[in-house]
Amino acid sequence: MAKLRKDDILKLARLSRLRLSDEEVRQFGDELSAILEYVEQLASVDTSDLEPTAQVTGLTNVLRPDTIIDYHETPEALLKNAPATEKGYIKVKRVLG
Amino acid sequence: MTTKAWDSIETIAEAVASGHVSATSNVQEALARLKEHEDSKAIIEIYRDRALERAKAIDADIKQGKPAGRLAGVPFIAKDNFLTFGGKTTAASNILKPFEAPYQATAIERLEAEGAICVAKANLDAFAHGSSTENSDFMVTKNPHDPTRVPGGSSGGSATAVALNIAPFALGTDTGGSIRQPASYCGVVGYKPTYGLVSRSGVVAMASSTDVIGPITRSAKDAAIVLDVMSGRDQFDSTTVDRDHTPYTQFDESLKGKKVGVIKEYMGEGVDEHVRARIESAIQSMQQAGAEIVEVSLPSLPLALACYYIICPAEVSSNLSRYDGQRYGYSDKNAKDLDESYDLSREVGFGREAKRRIMIGTYVLSSGYYDAYYKKAQTVRTKIIEEFAQAFKKVDLLVGPTAPTPAFQIGAHTDDPLQMYLSDIMTVAVNLAGVPAVSIPAGRVNNLPIGLQIIAPQHHDRLLLSIANQTERILE
Repeated sequence: MAKLRKDDILKLARLSRLRLSDEEVRQFGDELSAILEYVEQLASVDTSDLEPTAQVTGLTNVLRPDTIIDYHETPEALLKNAPATEKGYIKVKRVLG
Repeated sequence: MTTKAWDSIETIAEAVASGHVSATSNVQEALARLKEHEDSKAIIEIYRDRALERAKAIDADIKQGKPAGRLAGVPFIAKDNFLTFGGKTTAASNILKPFEAPYQATAIERLEAEGAICVAKANLDAFAHGSSTENSDFMVTKNPHDPTRVPGGSSGGSATAVALNIAPFALGTDTGGSIRQPASYCGVVGYKPTYGLVSRSGVVAMASSTDVIGPITRSAKDAAIVLDVMSGRDQFDSTTVDRDHTPYTQFDESLKGKKVGVIKEYMGEGVDEHVRARIESAIQSMQQAGAEIVEVSLPSLPLALACYYIICPAEVSSNLSRYDGQRYGYSDKNAKDLDESYDLSREVGFGREAKRRIMIGTYVLSSGYYDAYYKKAQTVRTKIIEEFAQAFKKVDLLVGPTAPTPAFQIGAHTDDPLQMYLSDIMTVAVNLAGVPAVSIPAGRVNNLPIGLQIIAPQHHDRLLLSIANQTERILE
């Protein structure tokens, strides 16, 4: 069984871009281990003659004509939700520390 | 629960189209009911101004003799993970709390094109992660039949609103049971279409390979007209499939001579004995109406939940990576640099369950674990799909309970996420297989409603709605 330790949780949080409180680290360790233990029942299922399923529609290569669709939207309207903008661009914090 | 019931959707639209009732008075009625039932906490935001504006425009068109839509002046409520004009779209999450949609979901556009009017947005488990609506970052919705209990989830606000007759119909989304389970708990009809039948464009994505959109209504007939308006290919969602050429409202199928398979795995251990007894009696009624009843076994169904709780978090972790606090949504102001801005925005913006699913998803997709978890789950998914296909060679429809119990107490499972997941045990397999299913009211257990689940093969939505329509009349 996959028992997640503190280091594992911190690593997962880092990969997931989440910052956790000490209490969350402790709780998630127990909860995620219990969930993984439950889903590990699949390991004993014989699937040797089966292929994985990624989608259920059976559709392949759905294309549309390569034409411009006018959404009647202005850059201003689309930028309205951005937390910070400057000169029509989305502004982010500095990348280098 | 004393509010006068709305007429059927068809009747409401006819009254508006003929000028007997105005769209404005329907919207005003819905607004009054929204106020009356505030305590239920089913609603995140009321779209008063836009709803009244749209009603006024529809009334003016009808006065001028312009053709009225099939849903003319019919008020409805959308789960708050549908992108809509008129207010915010939050997915009941802190990270989308400030978000105003720049475009509308295709489903909403199609309903509006036929004259329907969105009056409010309903509460849900944040990002539709949950089975009780307790995971909303804002508030807990109360079950309309017992305020100490949950309405189910994640479309708990939508199901509650319809059960309380606030609006004639509501929209929900169903990724692992989120339309059917709350419909069962609230005593209404919840319809989960064939995967791909309704465009997902403009709906906040959860697990894209199982997400579907569907109506929550008081009858199969109402569900059929809403589905008929929403369904069909959409250039904005390349996973949409062709619809039936015959309207979904045309009910010409009957239980007489139909072979109905009772799912053995859903009638055994783990099902409340009173729920089982009610379902058995409902099945007996179907038999009396001419259906041939047989027992069918899908031996891999007990694995469906484990399979789902690998695939779903995997897709969630991918879909939720877009919420980074930079382009839209909550952004933490205290961050010093970009890295910290991501971390802080997501820490504050996501609730416990979203974090749990993102981390499980990240784990099962990570190098070294991918084959053992994610690929294995996708392969077990194939096994489940094949068992459904085998079953549908023998029977026309499958039946069983929608959920193993009636609605549980608020707080009963909040400390144990795995117990919460188990309330989806009878609904998730349908999503993995992409087949359509419906929950219809099948009486009460301890004075709480329970639902009968009917499942059909892919693309047999019209058959399913026909049979649901007949069955709900028999069970009345």
